[in-house]
Amino acid sequence: MTRQIRLGVFTVAGCGLAAFLLWGLAGLPGFGHYHWPYGNVLNQVAPNERHTSNVVGAVVFDYRGFDTLGEEFILFSAVVGVSLLLRKDREEAAPADRVRSDPIMATGAVAAALLFVLGLWVVAFGYVTPGGGFQGGVVLAGAFLLVYLTGGYREYHALTPHSPVEMAEAIGAGAFAILGFAGIAYAGSYLGNFLGIGDAGSLYSGGSIPLLNWATAVEVCAAMILLFSEFLKTYVIPTDDWRPELGPR
Amino acid sequence: MSYLPYALAAWLFVVGLYGVVSSRNLIHLAVCLTVMQSGTYVLLLAIGYKNGGAAPIFRPTRHKAVDPVVQALTLTDIVVSVTVVALILALALGAHKESGSVNPDEIADFSG
Amino acid sequence: MSTILAFPVALPLVGAAFVALTDDWTPKAVKEFPAMLIAAATVAFSTVILVRSERTTLVHWFGGWHPRHGLALGVGFVAEPLGAGMAVLAGALVTASLVYSWRYMEEAPRLYRVLMLVFLAGMSGFALSGDIFNMFVWFELMGVAAYALAGYSIERLGPIQGALNFAITNTVAALFLLFGTALLYGHTGALNLAQIGRSLAGHHAGGVVIVAFTLLVAGLLVKSAVVPFHFWLADAYAVSPVPVCAVFAGAMSEVGLFGIARWYWTVFSGPLDPHAHAVRDVLLAMGLVTALVSAVMAFLQRHLKRLLAYTVISHVGIALCGIALLDSKALAGAANLVISNGFATAGLFFACGVLLREFRTVDELLLHGRGRALPFLGVVVALAAVALVGVPYIGSFLGHSTLDEGATEHGLRWLPPLLMLATGISAGAVLRAAARIFLGWGPREDSLLTPEPPDEVPETQASRPVMVAVTAVVVLIGIGLGFAPGLEDRSEHASDRFRDRQAYVERTLDGKVRRYGPPAPVVLHRAKPSSIAYGIGALLIAIATAALGLYRRRVPATARRAGARLLDPAVAGLKTVHSGVVGDYVMWITVGTALVGGVWALTLHGP
Repeated sequence: MTRQIRLGVFTVAGCGLAAFLLWGLAGLPGFGHYHWPYGNVLNQVAPNERHTSNVVGAVVFDYRGFDTLGEEFILFSAVVGVSLLLRKDREEAAPADRVRSDPIMATGAVAAALLFVLGLWVVAFGYVTPGGGFQGGVVLAGAFLLVYLTGGYREYHALTPHSPVEMAEAIGAGAFAILGFAGIAYAGSYLGNFLGIGDAGSLYSGGSIPLLNWATAVEVCAAMILLFSEFLKTYVIPTDDWRPELGPR
Repeated sequence: MSYLPYALAAWLFVVGLYGVVSSRNLIHLAVCLTVMQSGTYVLLLAIGYKNGGAAPIFRPTRHKAVDPVVQALTLTDIVVSVTVVALILALALGAHKESGSVNPDEIADFSG
Repeated sequence: MSTILAFPVALPLVGAAFVALTDDWTPKAVKEFPAMLIAAATVAFSTVILVRSERTTLVHWFGGWHPRHGLALGVGFVAEPLGAGMAVLAGALVTASLVYSWRYMEEAPRLYRVLMLVFLAGMSGFALSGDIFNMFVWFELMGVAAYALAGYSIERLGPIQGALNFAITNTVAALFLLFGTALLYGHTGALNLAQIGRSLAGHHAGGVVIVAFTLLVAGLLVKSAVVPFHFWLADAYAVSPVPVCAVFAGAMSEVGLFGIARWYWTVFSGPLDPHAHAVRDVLLAMGLVTALVSAVMAFLQRHLKRLLAYTVISHVGIALCGIALLDSKALAGAANLVISNGFATAGLFFACGVLLREFRTVDELLLHGRGRALPFLGVVVALAAVALVGVPYIGSFLGHSTLDEGATEHGLRWLPPLLMLATGISAGAVLRAAARIFLGWGPREDSLLTPEPPDEVPETQASRPVMVAVTAVVVLIGIGLGFAPGLEDRSEHASDRFRDRQAYVERTLDGKVRRYGPPAPVVLHRAKPSSIAYGIGALLIAIATAALGLYRRRVPATARRAGARLLDPAVAGLKTVHSGVVGDYVMWITVGTALVGGVWALTLHGP
């Protein structure tokens, strides 16, 4: 089948689909008129029942925490999948990747450190203020990527040794699922809250949310680092005097 | 009452789909999938929006807030998008290595 | 205790993390066992759930968030026999697959095992979940693991193409699901299936409901590979490692069908029941076309895994017909078909793995006569083919006969013969291949069959006795289900409950527990004479198809030329449409969705 036929047929069908979607969307309540009890009730009850001031955090880790379990493992299996698919990929020619400008390296080091602290903060207060394990985990991983961008692969690799990061990822993902079993043991339901709910607005609040939050942060940070590493490995070739342990399996 | 944000969602969805169908480059195709996915983010967030509502973060006071559920759903949606893009890019690298091309029309090894 | 509902998902997930963490330190001799044990334990939990759910529907609210005044705050799992049975099927096939692949995977076996466990968790979660967004999460988890598994042989272009087509089409499908979910949420303010179902019931279907229904169904039709959403499947299954194929074929495609049934009856049946005929006609038409077209496509293949992939699509089409009749008897038929065909097809894929190990190819023509060295395997393959045909009281017969009875009750007397034809052709393709390989019948060349590229690397470390044993066990289960006493009544009873939205909603949201009587007494299913006739007819068609495939040259030349003039353009057209190009596939998905949506927009609307 030629490209022209494909695009021609698609144009007709795509216009039909667009009209169909618009027809459906026109039946929704107008923009800005959300009035359903689900969100409103959660906004009402979550701060009292869980002492979390960030209701999105409460939804992610508590009310709909089971979605988040799946979500964590989606990321986990993506990392496993990418390492499976890239297990043989090594480029032949190495691009020069070392940064040679001292000001850039110095700025980068400071920025990476700041970003790291910012990431920790986003994670730690994830259920009090905007943030959370997912967002913070990505910021934390970003700090490591910045080291690569402003330093070089060698520095990046020294900071993110493959096996420990891989272990951290598995532990983070496994911990979330195991905390769920702790809920069965102590609260009678999977992912049930088994800790005191603490004081609203402080880090000690939300019951088991902080634990799930940190498990997520560890998993997400490690997963993002592993994803970067897997892709970086495909085109960074070590120089003769230095070889990272490539091909961990 | 405005329906414009919904129309934007539909537009992103269909234009992303067009990109997927017409793409000559797998990396471009992965980005088109994220455009489609952005349509779903916009739709979810638009559905949960309340006029005059602020973020559902109640510290120190109570106030009118938008729906927290769609925000949690969008977070999940974003993670899904990241993972799918990562896998497609990994496969695209493989395709480039094996065939020297990242054009989905050219890597069709078999058919029928 | 309802907490057991968490185990079929949480256990393999913890197991996946555990295997990822400890595999490198596990002594080589026992490396394979943790994953097998975890999968087996998951089956055990799912089976307990299945048995318990026969007496009453089980509900578990994660985090202890029970609904308040009919408002579901959290995510719940709801187990009734069909859903639990789906989870058992998925678990059983993953377990069989892990045993079968003992020492099979030479590269990255750790990652393979981790992904298989995650894949299992995704399928179980999808089967048990009572929340539409949660189902999307498990759908996606299943997908991500499956895309990577399909691309396992990354050093060849075929697997890359297959995995890419799989990943791209199924991601588009997932986005359809998400768009539909968002519409439903905007319309009802709920994500819980029971709550959406309750809130839609008693209203006419408006634009939102019709569009959401179309998108959700289209997304799952891609997953289960129904024409014209099916193209990716043959590409992906033909190139995946054999143990992965077996699970894909036996469970993943069927999970999509299960989702369609679940969403129709729990969520949409309220507003759509007055227009049930429109839903029925569209799904029935698609199911029939799928069954027939794919059966023909199967006949045109010489690459065994691709041949089997098309038989899987054909079976999906038949099972979709069972669902489309929107009736308990036909639904029970579809469920029984899914189980017995699932096991038999998985067994056939496993047999391909043995051939691959021994002869380094799965090309039917290259294998001509070489299977004589493996007579036992030949018998197993023949039995599996018989199970697919549905010879009276064997294998898929139970499913076919219940489906036939359901169709006849609806006055659709023309349906069973067409399904018989599809079954016969696809099983005939399998029989032809078996006869050519294990008996050396027929010529070594056949220009009709699609030429294929050289095949994948065989995994020679694997243990042949283990592989053959697993193949035989799986095929025997598939055959045995045909005369499992009491299965017919149980599945019909389960289908009745599955279709009872009222009971589901009250159980989930109001906690109103219903007890169901003890399972019906164990009696052997007594099929109607017409079903027996169809079973025998399918066998005759299968034999005729196989004979035609092998001995076409003995047909008188004039008849052969007339046949060729008639059929060649159609065959060429079919082959052209299955182009292997993902852009075409997504175009077909768009066309299919727009067409189905258009028809339903006109027919489902209003009171």
